[in-house]
Amino acid sequence: MTASTIRPADIGAGADPAAAGSIATLITDAPEPAPTLAKTFAAMMAREFRVLRRSAVATFTRAVIQPLLFVFVFAYVFPKIGGGFMLGGGGASASSSVTGAGASSGVNFATILLPGLMASMLLMQGITAVTFPLVMEFSWQRTIEDRALAPVPIRVLAGQKILAGAVQSFIGAAIVFPIVLLVHAAGQGPHVHVTNWFLFTLIMVAASTLTASLGLLIGTVMDPRKMQMLFVVILLPATMLGCVYYPWAALHSIRWLQILVLINPMVYMSEGLRAVLTPSLPHMPLWAVLLVLVGGTVVFGYLGTRTFRNRVIN
Amino acid sequence: MTAVIGQSPGTTRETHDAAIRTEDLRKTYKSSRGDVEAVRGIDLNVPHGEFFGLLGPNGAGKSTTIGMLTTLVRPTGGRAWVAGHDVTKDTVAVKRKIGVVTQNNTLDMQLTVAENLEFRSRFFGLSARAASKRAAQLIDAFGLGDRRNAMADALSGGQARRLLIARALVHRPEVLFLDEPTAGLDPQTRVNLWDILHVLHDLGQTILLTTHYMEEAEALCDRVAVVDHGKVLACGTVDELKEGAGADTVITVRYEDPVPPGFADHAGLADRLGVSKVEADGDQLRVFTRDPEGLLGELVTAGAAAGLHVRDAAQLKPSLETVFLTLTGREYRE
Repeated sequence: MTASTIRPADIGAGADPAAAGSIATLITDAPEPAPTLAKTFAAMMAREFRVLRRSAVATFTRAVIQPLLFVFVFAYVFPKIGGGFMLGGGGASASSSVTGAGASSGVNFATILLPGLMASMLLMQGITAVTFPLVMEFSWQRTIEDRALAPVPIRVLAGQKILAGAVQSFIGAAIVFPIVLLVHAAGQGPHVHVTNWFLFTLIMVAASTLTASLGLLIGTVMDPRKMQMLFVVILLPATMLGCVYYPWAALHSIRWLQILVLINPMVYMSEGLRAVLTPSLPHMPLWAVLLVLVGGTVVFGYLGTRTFRNRVIN
Repeated sequence: MTAVIGQSPGTTRETHDAAIRTEDLRKTYKSSRGDVEAVRGIDLNVPHGEFFGLLGPNGAGKSTTIGMLTTLVRPTGGRAWVAGHDVTKDTVAVKRKIGVVTQNNTLDMQLTVAENLEFRSRFFGLSARAASKRAAQLIDAFGLGDRRNAMADALSGGQARRLLIARALVHRPEVLFLDEPTAGLDPQTRVNLWDILHVLHDLGQTILLTTHYMEEAEALCDRVAVVDHGKVLACGTVDELKEGAGADTVITVRYEDPVPPGFADHAGLADRLGVSKVEADGDQLRVFTRDPEGLLGELVTAGAAAGLHVRDAAQLKPSLETVFLTLTGREYRE
């Protein structure tokens, strides 16, 4: 059909037959909609990528700054200024106190840091990628209704949000990888060896899905006015006690803490990535890691979908 | 009225003559401060092609009703069907058949004008190319050509409303729901939107509109249901409503002192031809009459005789406003 331009002022009840005719054509010649669950889901994902593409620079710049500064200070500045005493040994070989029992000697801090920072990024990106947009969408304008009226069940919309957040989380963690590989003082580069690409991918996918599911749950239960508490109450403790800067085994001398941190899902992400990226360091058994990551995804995904549905439908 | 066609075991598909039908539809919101009955048993029957209005003040239950019909609010009682589908059991089928213009600006603020239409089209199964073409058609038809690449949050109120309506039409909805579509708009923009809605109605589009503007309901709707406190008080064409509940002219006089008991009888209002009802409330006297000629002067004179001085007076000719006044005993407050 050929659409002519009509100004609203021209559109009247029969005042302008051409305008009314064009609107008529617009309605009667409209393509027959044939929505399917797959098409709608794909369109929703396409929308997420369009938004992500538009804000990619800002989003990933924010994401990169923290790990970049961490590796710059710990893998470049400290070794240069002889800050090894702070790590309990020679700057170039900080392993003994950090890696704990059974750790191999000669492991530098960047090697310990790489899996931890990737896990930190997974958590940070996964939660914020889902929670922050949700807070906006559930605000008084309730822009969530835009997609809630799409011809799919609400739980599918929840699943789409988890998947979109997981993708962003995965990309964020992947960006950390080259940063840690490249930013370090001479001789301070991490010793990384991917022992099993399948397991590495599986852990990355499971971890990013877990964090996005957690983001959905947080975004639907948290009071938007208290969102700054997200950093103080959840992200900061999870990161500091998430075995980012030390392997879980290194906590053996503080037994109560070693047990307490097991409630932190980030521990399993750090340890899982340690198992497949730096297997020479002590790490948790993979079965335990995968059990928690997959189980956590199911639990958080179920709870998040439920609370999401209850927030969308009054 | 209800016709169940080709219903097979295990399905909830029911076909009705009406585009919208409700039976004793209810919604109660639970809260720690007590339950709030927002909708208290609404029965509606809107045939295909009708422009139907739900008229009532803020808090009357209009938006909750439209929310239940569009699957975004879960009813706590009764049943409702839209385009033949149960709104609680077959939500996806309902969403395929409806277009919704929400009261709030629910445009996707992270997308441009064109993208809002493109992605909505794709949600309804159009390919990326077809969606782009459809978006271009709607943008032209709704006069948004110069704002095509503007972000949705950069639009004026009128432009946003036009885009919301365009977005609701991307997939040829069988029923179009408009929840206070002109609230907060300037009069010129409101009239422009009315023109668009007139054209859509002329094309046979079934439309359910909620509004708290009397003149909007009168200007647009084939039939109107007057709603207050979650109930339908009256339903019919505007003329039917005026003939029935609101046929009288209403004269309201406020005196400087309270109206004394028996004033209406003393003034001979009960015996005056055409007067159907007299209400005294504090310093206010309200007279419902079909013969208003000279009555205001009589009320001033009678008041003066009783030592009452008139502070102000108003005369309402038969309209939806008098309908509301007659039905509720309260003046209409937008």
